Amino acid sequence: MFIPCYVDLVYPEVGVSVVRVLRRLGVEVTYPEGQTCCGQPAFNSGFFEEARTVARHFLDVFESEECDYVVCPSGSCATMASHYYPLVFEGLAGERARSEALGARVREFSDFLVNVLGVRELGARHAGKAVFHCGCHQRRELGVLEEPRELLRDVEGLDLLEWRNEELCCGFGGTFSVKMPDVSTAMADEKIRALEESGADTLISGDSSCLMHLEGRLQRTGPATRVYHLAQILDTEDGEVV
Amino acid sequence: METGKPARSRDTLDRRHEGIESKVEGFNDRARRALEDEFLHESVARFTKKSVASRQAALERLPEAPELRETAYRIKQETMANLDRYLEQLAGAVEERGGKVFFASDGEEVVNYVGELARRRGSKVVTKSKSMATEEIELNRRLEESYGELGLEIIETDLGEWIAQLAGDHPSHIVAPIVHMNRHQIADVLSGVAGEALPPNVEDLLQFARKRLREKFLAADIGITGVNFGVAETGTICTVTNEGNGRLVSSVPPVHVAVMGIEKVIPKLEDLSVFTRILGRSSTGQDLSVYTNLVTGPRQEGELDGPEEFHLILMDNGRSDLLGTEFEEALYCIRCGACLNVCPVYRQTGGHAYGSTYSGPIGAVITPLLKGNEEAKDLPHASSLCGACTEACPVGIPLHELLLKLRNRQVDEGLAGKGQSVAFKGFENTMKSPALYKISGKVGRMAQKPLVKDGKIGRKLPGPLAGWTGTRDLPALAKKPFRELWREGI
Ligand code: SF4
Repeated sequence: MFIPCYVDLVYPEVGVSVVRVLRRLGVEVTYPEGQTCCGQPAFNSGFFEEARTVARHFLDVFESEECDYVVCPSGSCATMASHYYPLVFEGLAGERARSEALGARVREFSDFLVNVLGVRELGARHAGKAVFHCGCHQRRELGVLEEPRELLRDVEGLDLLEWRNEELCCGFGGTFSVKMPDVSTAMADEKIRALEESGADTLISGDSSCLMHLEGRLQRTGPATRVYHLAQILDTEDGEVV
Repeated sequence: METGKPARSRDTLDRRHEGIESKVEGFNDRARRALEDEFLHESVARFTKKSVASRQAALERLPEAPELRETAYRIKQETMANLDRYLEQLAGAVEERGGKVFFASDGEEVVNYVGELARRRGSKVVTKSKSMATEEIELNRRLEESYGELGLEIIETDLGEWIAQLAGDHPSHIVAPIVHMNRHQIADVLSGVAGEALPPNVEDLLQFARKRLREKFLAADIGITGVNFGVAETGTICTVTNEGNGRLVSSVPPVHVAVMGIEKVIPKLEDLSVFTRILGRSSTGQDLSVYTNLVTGPRQEGELDGPEEFHLILMDNGRSDLLGTEFEEALYCIRCGACLNVCPVYRQTGGHAYGSTYSGPIGAVITPLLKGNEEAKDLPHASSLCGACTEACPVGIPLHELLLKLRNRQVDEGLAGKGQSVAFKGFENTMKSPALYKISGKVGRMAQKPLVKDGKIGRKLPGPLAGWTGTRDLPALAKKPFRELWREGI
């Protein structure tokens, strides 16, 4: 299991839910403690060399772990390790090949549940009217768009709503949110308007980074909305998020 | 930290200095202006939404779209690998039909060629149809400046371009130049020309424009068009328009000058059908644009119409520098505008925020490549890298990856700024060492204590986090990271 750095530091409860859901499904979960970050912040800012060092560390840590899959509760970080490492290691044949081999085993959480384990129903129960925000990497690079929805549709009591322009980016974009704060915020505002129009009281995503952005803006200006990672909803007990 | 000033004005003041540093007015400044303009914001959102929907519908009617995309990419790739040869072939074919061909290495050479031509012909009136290549080199302004003594009257005849020209404005979209203007603004501009107040009513304005432009079409001594595709095999120049003005510009005046970026050459006539099928659909959602105009040289003996002289200017202006580099794919662009329409950044800001002829994702890619970093240092950062552009591009240009590579090039050239460079060195050192990573987490948890309330930082901080906390709350680091919870047992 790969728990991205910001989930580790800011949203540990998401990691806990991932472990609990996987165990409930009979998966043996290991957590290599040497793991840190996938290197995406540096990569996205153009610091490829720095990203390379971090990616190398990632390869070392997960190659030496005995596991069939590396499951990650973030479409974005899963994309980094499975799709962008070859670009990070461009021109370095050995590491590129290593990254491709490992990348093939890296799976985003809902992708793993639906496409590897074949799960449809988890017996989760949670009352609410929700919209799902699919992170852009998960949507366009991984193509894992329907899987989280399928899982959410089976959650008892949860009303999964459609929302306008759901394919639009939330405006996070890593350092973009800090370098271009006005445009980034305007992008979040457009999502929030769509959320309000949909009548949802809950916002769910497979990427805590998008949620951090949208929740941060919601707290300043938006309507009261409950914000959860997909894993937390699938891990509900007696209808409550743990 | 609180002062007595109202929050809003303090916000605006502070934010001027955030984001990317740039000597010239930057994307952030221009974007902020655009965001404050409610009309612009709405009109761009409406237009892009409509374009995206019609594009999608058009592509659904074209089941072979994915294959066409691959074919288009392959044709472009092969063309760029042999660009010299195809340009020579094109030039030869045009000359054979009695046309003149001129290779211009930059904008200056284009301006001089056209200026001298106008001098030789004693021309007064020049009509133009829409051409991004001439926008790129600011042909109109420079002709008026360098050849002022000729007293040329240069008229844009694409309706949007004409209105922009009259208003002293620049186009803000490759396909829809004045998407940023409303009909009241347009009526004001045209009333100025009419010398009377015209009602802000689309039909009346159109009638007026049509009448005025007709006079110019007939009076023109030289017609300048852009080129969508130049077919090497036959020497055919293809221009695609929706208003029919391209035809009137290329066939009525005695002289037709076509200005073409060198990357617009395609090998064969049959390749044209690949591109015309995707261009209209990707750009406006039309199965085919209304006018697809094919010109093969000047009027031949026995022909009834067509210009006496035909000139093809093949313009490089920085393009050949990209050949064989990791940025070559940027030359595959057919200027359909699809990447602008789907871009969530363009959607918020419109085109002027990019401060360049080309806006949206493709503008953010080619402006720094063609014009250098000085003018466009912040453009590669004006993207959340969501990839919607890459998904939409009908010729398969990996736009968001090119943006990433441009960011990387800035880092390699030492242009990323000291603060960032130090920060990412720190990031690298921390993330390669689990021990250091753990310690940093601890330090962070201690350092945040005075700032955190109710599990978050709810007010604006100074320093590097100002950009975020100016408009959004920031969650606090958790009391215990996941790794500790794991150790304790889950
Ligand atoms: S980059 Fe692609 S989508 Fe954008 S204008 Fe060019 S061809 Fe169209």
